[in-house]
Amino acid sequence: MIDAFHLARVQFGFTVAFHITFPAFSIGLASYLMVLEGMWLRTGNQVYLDLFKYWIKIFSIGFAMGVVSGLVMSYQFGTNWSQYSAKAGPVIGPVMAYEVLTAFFLEAGFLGVMLFGMERVGRKLHMFATCMVAGGTFLSAFWILSVNSWMQTPAGFSVGADGRMFPTDYWQVVFNPSVFVRVPHMVLASYLIVAFIVGSVGAYHLLCGRATPAVRTMFSMAMWMAAIVAPLQIAMGDIHGLNTLEHQPMKIAAMEGDFDPSGPDGAPLILFGLPNMTDERTDYKIEIPHASSLILTHTWSGRVPGLKQVPPADRPYAPVVFWTFRAMVGIGFLMFGLGLFSLLARWRGRLFSNRWLHRAALVMGPAPIMAMLCGWMTTEIGRQPYTVYGVLRTADSISPIALPGIATSLAVFAVVYFTVFGAGLMVMLRLMAKPPSTGESGLDPNLPIRSAGIHPGLAGAVPPGTGAASPLPAE
Amino acid sequence: MSTETIATIWAGLIAFAVLAYVMLDGFDLGVGILFAAERGSTDRDTMVNSIAPMWDGNETWLVLGGGGLFGVFPLAYSIILPALYPTILGMLFGLIFRGVAFELRFRARTAIGRRLWDLSFFGGSTVAALCQGLTLGGLLQGIHVVGGQYAGGWFDWLTPFTALCGVAVVAGYAWLGACWLVWRTENSLQNRARRQARVLGWVMLGLIVAVSLWTPFLNPMFEKRWFNWPGILLTSPVPLLVAGLVVLFHWGIERRHHLTPFLCALAIFVLCFAGLGISFFPLMVPPDITIWQAAAPRASQLFVLVGASVLIPLILAYSGFSYWVFRGKVQPGAHYH
Repeated sequence: MIDAFHLARVQFGFTVAFHITFPAFSIGLASYLMVLEGMWLRTGNQVYLDLFKYWIKIFSIGFAMGVVSGLVMSYQFGTNWSQYSAKAGPVIGPVMAYEVLTAFFLEAGFLGVMLFGMERVGRKLHMFATCMVAGGTFLSAFWILSVNSWMQTPAGFSVGADGRMFPTDYWQVVFNPSVFVRVPHMVLASYLIVAFIVGSVGAYHLLCGRATPAVRTMFSMAMWMAAIVAPLQIAMGDIHGLNTLEHQPMKIAAMEGDFDPSGPDGAPLILFGLPNMTDERTDYKIEIPHASSLILTHTWSGRVPGLKQVPPADRPYAPVVFWTFRAMVGIGFLMFGLGLFSLLARWRGRLFSNRWLHRAALVMGPAPIMAMLCGWMTTEIGRQPYTVYGVLRTADSISPIALPGIATSLAVFAVVYFTVFGAGLMVMLRLMAKPPSTGESGLDPNLPIRSAGIHPGLAGAVPPGTGAASPLPAE
Repeated sequence: MSTETIATIWAGLIAFAVLAYVMLDGFDLGVGILFAAERGSTDRDTMVNSIAPMWDGNETWLVLGGGGLFGVFPLAYSIILPALYPTILGMLFGLIFRGVAFELRFRARTAIGRRLWDLSFFGGSTVAALCQGLTLGGLLQGIHVVGGQYAGGWFDWLTPFTALCGVAVVAGYAWLGACWLVWRTENSLQNRARRQARVLGWVMLGLIVAVSLWTPFLNPMFEKRWFNWPGILLTSPVPLLVAGLVVLFHWGIERRHHLTPFLCALAIFVLCFAGLGISFFPLMVPPDITIWQAAAPRASQLFVLVGASVLIPLILAYSGFSYWVFRGKVQPGAHYH
């Protein structure tokens, strides 16, 4: 099993799993920051500005880690998957070029102003910069998911004699059959990620007895988001499943652990079991009659596919897909449960005093990230053995790089990612461990003195007491 | 427009993205390289602060270069990256360390932690620059291709020529960085940067001459391009202009101008880049694969070209705006980073 091909897959999986966590956090957090700044401008309430300044420090670290780990991804296609690049590049390369042109530059161009420009530009312009960064992260999600969706449900192209693909209709390439389920599913996931992290940090400070207005505000906002977005995400997941059933039936069969296609009586839902690829059956299964038909076709005895419909070489590895899918769904329902719990506590007026709610919110901080990673594993491993579903096999996508090269680079990636991003994560956690303070300082708590900086425009425009353009540090 | 014309325009646009990257990230990598010569912690903070608001935007040009190559010249992308695998990965690792160090060096709580992040800022910047030079050299000296795939060995890219290119890019970026600091800082830091810029200016001149004399002999086509009539009409002004700019640069340094040295250094980079372009055109992957052979189908190229013609001017406009917001001398202790 240890060959260049599998190690290249491990390397891509490892680098992309590390990477996606940061942008998912950035997409949600940029939107949250946009809301906070908007609320501050609208109400003039200091609490929103404090929260904005508190979370932007954490955002800046997460964003930087997303940028550098993303840079790796943009070259990984060529270094480890050069045949894929040469064959599919003519179709999806241009879509990725659009991501760079519309999203990356937008984020990067306005990030400096958003992070460091509060004292250098007017309030409205700063708000504009924040919106551009948030918009850039959203556009980036759209384009990259469009590329991923195309690989799952390819459309708008033809294949030449040499295996190279040619675009025939870019509208169909970009708006391929699964883009409209993947984009919302991922954007909602990143909202949940931020809601639960903000909620977790708020809960931590509430448990520590620091129920300041800022802590209460962030906890309350986060719990609203959890209560609203978690059920939306479950509904979106259902729609996504129907789409996958239509376009990638073998992935559904692997997710469900179904080897035999269902008969006329409908398919039971296998709650738990151990899919066995060699013997072509799922061992030790616990089933609910008709439930699979009900979920997948929304009818009592609808037909559900089975892995035996295709030769063994064309089947995804079901044991992983089966379990990652269950983990994602299970965590999803736990998140939904926390949202309900918070609504109940809020209705009883105990949102800020129910310690069980705070404990649950604290431990569930990383839950959406785990759900997202499990979801991605389900969809990516479930797509195997193809990189472009039904068109290009993963085995025919690889670079002519020998085992030692890939093994060495994978080892270096592992060491570098765990140390560098581990250190970054520690710093983020350290920042989160401190509560937001009134008159929260700007980005750098270590160097708060602006001796002779320029403060054009803003200094006179801000009402006294808001602390926005105060050249003096609060700490 | 013919397919050939579109491919040529795209080659120009990607060359522009790479040039923009070299000019912009060049000076901010250079500031990282110069950390080696700077001991004072306040001055180091000022150095980092001078580039903090723009480094991310600068680096995006590299993503455009890579992404653009993938989009419109997938064949070149799929050959160059496996061939130069170690140098590309080396560059990425360097950029990871330095990108994260931007944020984390300010947040280190202990002196040792701070020193480690400073080291990773310096080391990352230097390794990234070195690997970019090695990549450039590896591409210039040619890549062994059979049947549209890289067919060379693991260390083909490592030769005396590529090593020279690596050193040249490190020195060149450090030089740009020193000139940037002359422009954006004051007092003792500026004075030190001026001395560094002067020395590095001479070093760079020597390296430019060495690389320029070596390149034509890598490939008979390069040689013909540079020394044959009528090509020489196009090529001879390049060294003359470089000589003129070197004189102007040292004049600016001696007269203690703030901006002149930086502009001269950038202009010299543009000329060197133009020189490379003269050697290269119309090759995409020396010694054999041309722009037109490497190009994606017409529909792919046209699809991005439509967007790029609107978006690139827009990007230049708002990037320029961001530079303008952070204009002026960087104050020690200014609290953005």
